[in-house]
Amino acid sequence: MSSAAVRVTDTSPRGKMIAGTLVIAYALLTMIPLVWIVATSFKSPPDSISYPPKVLFEPTLEGYVNLFTTRSRQTPEYIDSLGPPATWYDSLVRERNMVITGESRFAGRYMNSVIIGFGSTFLAVFLGTLAAYAFSRFRIPLRDDLLFFILSTRMMPPVAVAIPIYLMYRGLGLSDTHLGMILLYTAVNLSLSVWLLKGFVDEIPREYEEAAVVDGYTRFQAFIKVVLPQMRAGIAATAIFCLIFSWNEYAFALLLTSGTAQTAPPFIPIIIGEGGLDWPAVAAGTTLFLVPVVVFTVLLRRQLLRGITFGAVRR
Amino acid sequence: MTDHADIRYTAAPGEAATPHEATAPGRPRRAVRGLPDRWLATLFVTPSIALLLAINIFPLIWTVYLSFTNFRANQPGRPVEWIGTRNYERLLGSEDIWGYLQATAHFVVWTMLIQVAIGLGLAMLINRDFKGASFWTTIILIPMMLSPAVVGTFWTYLYQPQTGIFSAIVDLFTGLGPIDMIGSVSLAPWAIIIVDTWMWTPYIMLLCLAGLRSIPDYLYEAAEVDRAGPFQTFWHITLPRILPFLMLAVLFRGIENFKMFDMVVELTSGGPGSTTELASINLKREAFEKWRTGYASAFAVILFVTVFGLGNIYVKALNRVKS
Repeated sequence: MSSAAVRVTDTSPRGKMIAGTLVIAYALLTMIPLVWIVATSFKSPPDSISYPPKVLFEPTLEGYVNLFTTRSRQTPEYIDSLGPPATWYDSLVRERNMVITGESRFAGRYMNSVIIGFGSTFLAVFLGTLAAYAFSRFRIPLRDDLLFFILSTRMMPPVAVAIPIYLMYRGLGLSDTHLGMILLYTAVNLSLSVWLLKGFVDEIPREYEEAAVVDGYTRFQAFIKVVLPQMRAGIAATAIFCLIFSWNEYAFALLLTSGTAQTAPPFIPIIIGEGGLDWPAVAAGTTLFLVPVVVFTVLLRRQLLRGITFGAVRR
Repeated sequence: MTDHADIRYTAAPGEAATPHEATAPGRPRRAVRGLPDRWLATLFVTPSIALLLAINIFPLIWTVYLSFTNFRANQPGRPVEWIGTRNYERLLGSEDIWGYLQATAHFVVWTMLIQVAIGLGLAMLINRDFKGASFWTTIILIPMMLSPAVVGTFWTYLYQPQTGIFSAIVDLFTGLGPIDMIGSVSLAPWAIIIVDTWMWTPYIMLLCLAGLRSIPDYLYEAAEVDRAGPFQTFWHITLPRILPFLMLAVLFRGIENFKMFDMVVELTSGGPGSTTELASINLKREAFEKWRTGYASAFAVILFVTVFGLGNIYVKALNRVKS
């Protein structure tokens, strides 16, 4: 536990002030890249590639419009012949002598990330809860070896595992399918989910279940009605960790999906505009992709330490 | 916990078929209604283990098999020949592999050194509990939760020599003019180290902070009584206490960086030339661009064994700091 510290060595107000200043300076420095990307998403394409880089600029939603649409270049005469633009984004695009020809693939890729993220999170937490309870409460032969085995699956280099999985999925018809990716991410997340949830179950006193069992509950009922409700916070934290992992995963998505089940991370780099990368559109995609993670990180801040050490370090 | 031991396994081996025995007089174990615990345990653990066997262990065995063949995944019709250890011989005999491993080692060693220095420093500063410390800590933690591939992508923009903010800021302080971090052979290895440091220093910092907070105040008080200077206090009290946490952080991040793929692929894709072609990136080239599946599998097996060995040490460290 962190004590609000009356540490003999470092209590001087001046020391605190210096420490605070340095930490805040680091925090601000570390935020520059993120702030810059969010700002870029509101720049016009010319502003995004100006030299020197523009700190002050006129915000526009062009990047977001470009992110969600496909466009084609037209002659001004043709555009004039179309009549007045129907929407604000039509007029925005026409200023660049282009017309919107359809929807881009970004929304679909984003939805894939959501579906695969939530699907694999649900499965990993469901299976992980059962296994964690069993590992915490029952005498299981080779328990420590099994737990080590489960954790070691996390260590495997994704690119190395991808070779046989690619072949296996090709044989089973799971290549580029949502189900295939959900199963894969579930397997990768299981290690974290089992270890983290086991830590949470370990913290629940056994007496509660014992009392329930004495009252005539079966062990299973005691698990459902007594243990599960107390695991709620732990399950929520674990779920967020799994969700963030699936959301961020790139190597498997790159090597095993190409269209139907492709998630956002391999897609964002290939949002190409005319003549090279359309930076505001890439930045817009990045912003929309990163915002949920930042929100979840803030929600999760007290559990982060636990999450990154597989439940070994609590506070 | 010993007093709960009796309820942990009402159905010891052999008893499940005759549950009434469990309640026989003289037996210390209490009967529980419903499924015997042993069955419940099997039922709860099996699905997870089965999934891991199917998606991790089966492919692993397959990889080992493929590593002894000349299989090429893009030519499924071609007969597969068993070629013994030839892939391994070719792999270990090739000059290039050592180059990739060297690039990887350079990346791992420097990221760890820099991140430990900054992370430990930050943790000691945050541990002074200045006003607003927890708010700023949360801010600092954000980069490590982001998608490495997406981070790599947007850093290519920040690194643009003319239009990028990184070059502009460096120029502002040094007057060096535009610098091409990604395009230059000498700077590219540092470009990936900087991004990794930006992203993962918080990880080391967070574990150091946990270590610092585990040090009881009386140790510092004792040091004060003994008139120990700040350096002595750090060397004899702080460092030994946080060392297990630091070990844990370095091992985990070291393993992760040893197999680094996503961030670097998007940032430099191994270039220029092969200056930032780390082991995993080369593996992907061999397996999914050149389609030398057998050869790539042999490389994969070597990486597995290394990571597995390091992982073993990591788990030992993990059990040591368990609170």
